[in-house]
Amino acid sequence: MSDSNKTIEQFVQSDYKYGFTTDVETDTAPPGVSEDIIRLISRKKNEPEFMLEWRLKAYRHWLTMEEPTWPNVHYPPIDYQSIVYYAAPKARKPGPKSLSDVDPAILEMYRKLGISLQEQERLAGVAVDAIMDSVSVGTTLKGQLAEKGIIFCSFTEAVHEHPDLIRKWLGSVVPYTDNYFAALNAAVFSDGSFCYIPKGVRCPVELSTYFRINAINTGQFERTLIVADEGAYVSYLEGCTAPMRDENQLHAAVVELVALDNAQIKYSTVQNWYPGDKDGKGGIYNFVTKRGKCAGVNSKISWTQVETGSAITWKYPSCILLGENSIGEFYSVALTNNCQQADTGTKMIHIGKNTRSTIVSKGISAGRGQNSYRGLVKIMKGATNARNFSQCDSLLIGDKCGAHTFPYIEVHNKSATVEHEASTSKVGEDQVFYLNQRGLSTQDAVSMIVNGFSREVFKQLPMEFAVEAQKLLGVSLEGSVG
Amino acid sequence: MALLEIRKLNAGIAGKHILKGINLSINAGEVHAIMGPNGSGKSTLSQVLAGRKTFNVMSGEVLYNGKNLLELEPEERAHEGIFLAFQYPVEIPGVNNTYFLKAAYNEVRKHRGEQELDAMDFLALVREKMKLLHLEQDLLNRPLNEGFSGGEKKRNEIFQMAVLEPKLAILDETDSGLDIDALRDVADGVNKLRRPDNAALVITHYQRLLDYIVPDFVHVLLNGCIVKSGGKELALELEEKGYDWLACQPCL
Repeated sequence: MSDSNKTIEQFVQSDYKYGFTTDVETDTAPPGVSEDIIRLISRKKNEPEFMLEWRLKAYRHWLTMEEPTWPNVHYPPIDYQSIVYYAAPKARKPGPKSLSDVDPAILEMYRKLGISLQEQERLAGVAVDAIMDSVSVGTTLKGQLAEKGIIFCSFTEAVHEHPDLIRKWLGSVVPYTDNYFAALNAAVFSDGSFCYIPKGVRCPVELSTYFRINAINTGQFERTLIVADEGAYVSYLEGCTAPMRDENQLHAAVVELVALDNAQIKYSTVQNWYPGDKDGKGGIYNFVTKRGKCAGVNSKISWTQVETGSAITWKYPSCILLGENSIGEFYSVALTNNCQQADTGTKMIHIGKNTRSTIVSKGISAGRGQNSYRGLVKIMKGATNARNFSQCDSLLIGDKCGAHTFPYIEVHNKSATVEHEASTSKVGEDQVFYLNQRGLSTQDAVSMIVNGFSREVFKQLPMEFAVEAQKLLGVSLEGSVG
Repeated sequence: MALLEIRKLNAGIAGKHILKGINLSINAGEVHAIMGPNGSGKSTLSQVLAGRKTFNVMSGEVLYNGKNLLELEPEERAHEGIFLAFQYPVEIPGVNNTYFLKAAYNEVRKHRGEQELDAMDFLALVREKMKLLHLEQDLLNRPLNEGFSGGEKKRNEIFQMAVLEPKLAILDETDSGLDIDALRDVADGVNKLRRPDNAALVITHYQRLLDYIVPDFVHVLLNGCIVKSGGKELALELEEKGYDWLACQPCL
């Protein structure tokens, strides 16, 4: 191996920087899933009867299903009976009403992550609904949002305070029958976020949720539901980091978005869960179902994701373009390093007339990482004049990683226009040397090349998030180079 | 003390012995030209001086400001004021030219223990250099060398050089692929940057660049050896007679 290859090799070996756990007492259910456990979860949360029924239906359906094997990822069989399905941080007083009621250890952890709630509340226009394990521990800027009639709260709270909205929209985009992991999530999900933007309201701040997996052996089953009523606009940010862990952890979240007439939802994710060590030991299994429905005319849903963490990523944020003239967008940067595997992409289902979709996917593979883009563009019979543009670019760092592209295109209407462009390139020794010669270290050089490659996607992120994402790419590729 | 002192340098690539005992001394304030036919080792010399690891040094030494240059990483050499204008500048897609150059500039300042320039101050500096070199404003906002014409790439190299103000600039066939106007502009830029405290090593195939960048010394490189050195008139002689009349003497 030449020296330059060795340098790149060393460079991609990195340590996870956010590996610490917080010492908080947890209220934990025994491992395993059964109707009893589901009843326990529902009871713990004082849920109305309709929720329990829905969970049980989902569970019974899940029992008839089989785990999917088609993704291009490999992992040992998951023992669903060894997973703990409910863990809540114990409040010192029942129900924290404000930040001062929140366990100081939790607040300390957020401080380490640089997302102190007080600071968020005081400084910036970001309302954070912080989720640790499965129960929301603090919600900010509620007052300001309430003035506009915006509902932004934990899922549990929404079930109690706004049962009609939940009953109407829960499972309307991702039904519990959708897939294996979505069914499991529907049965056992413990919390998540709910957001409703009323007619004609433009949400004045970026809504943000930070997820962090904390208790040992706890699968995370979050559920997010966002409804933008007619003419509403909301930008939602989701960012995650997780402490270092030996056991593999299953994360099977569900995110549902609904955009009614002329509504717009922008959903941005920066995902940095523990990816496992250099040899692939540990790390999160991220099996997520994310889907948005452009239900109304002229509605628009944009997914932007920066995926750098998890041992295995299996997710396809999708858009159902039902309303006439509706628009779906998917911008993705997925980075796999060491032994990480990612099978990610999107589905754009064109149903309405004049619907348009754009897909820009940037896959970066380093170490022995395997990165697959899997995307479906489906033009239904009635989708006259539908248009799609897809661009899938792969960047390889080193010579032990892999990039794969699986585009699926189904067109049932002759008036449709579908374009697909793809490219694969390598971070060249000549590029690194060029930047070295101008005074940049190899680490900074590779960071710069990777960030340049990802620029089109970063442009779609809200400003502060874009800065964070750039840093994250740098950190994720950081290694032992001088 | 010479700025650059090359002694009995032997170097090659992939087991091939290319440079065979190069001796060369460059003082501050001087411009040296290295001429030679294809395959004589001109580019190898420039890459070795810049520290490219695909080339290996077999023996000899290179002192730069009295320091052992060969011990330094490529980026350290850059921090110390060595600049290579590449024969084939590579494209770095998506990386903004100004952003890149600011990062490079501040690395050098950091090395010198100076405060880094912020975006506003840096932009002011860059504007001034652009005026000096008659460059188009849009060059700043484009991604680094991406989709640049051959001429634009070479101009961009000289622009970077103007901003980074190296002590020793190595121009590797900067004239190749340039039309006469671009050649004049590039040479003009190099001349404006000449100062008593810096030096340049101009590597070229043809004499025509030396009509514009007038060297103090000309060296002829043949089969990895410097076979003849002289003043600027040597370049004209080569133009007239070619390289054949110069025998390759065995060198040490």
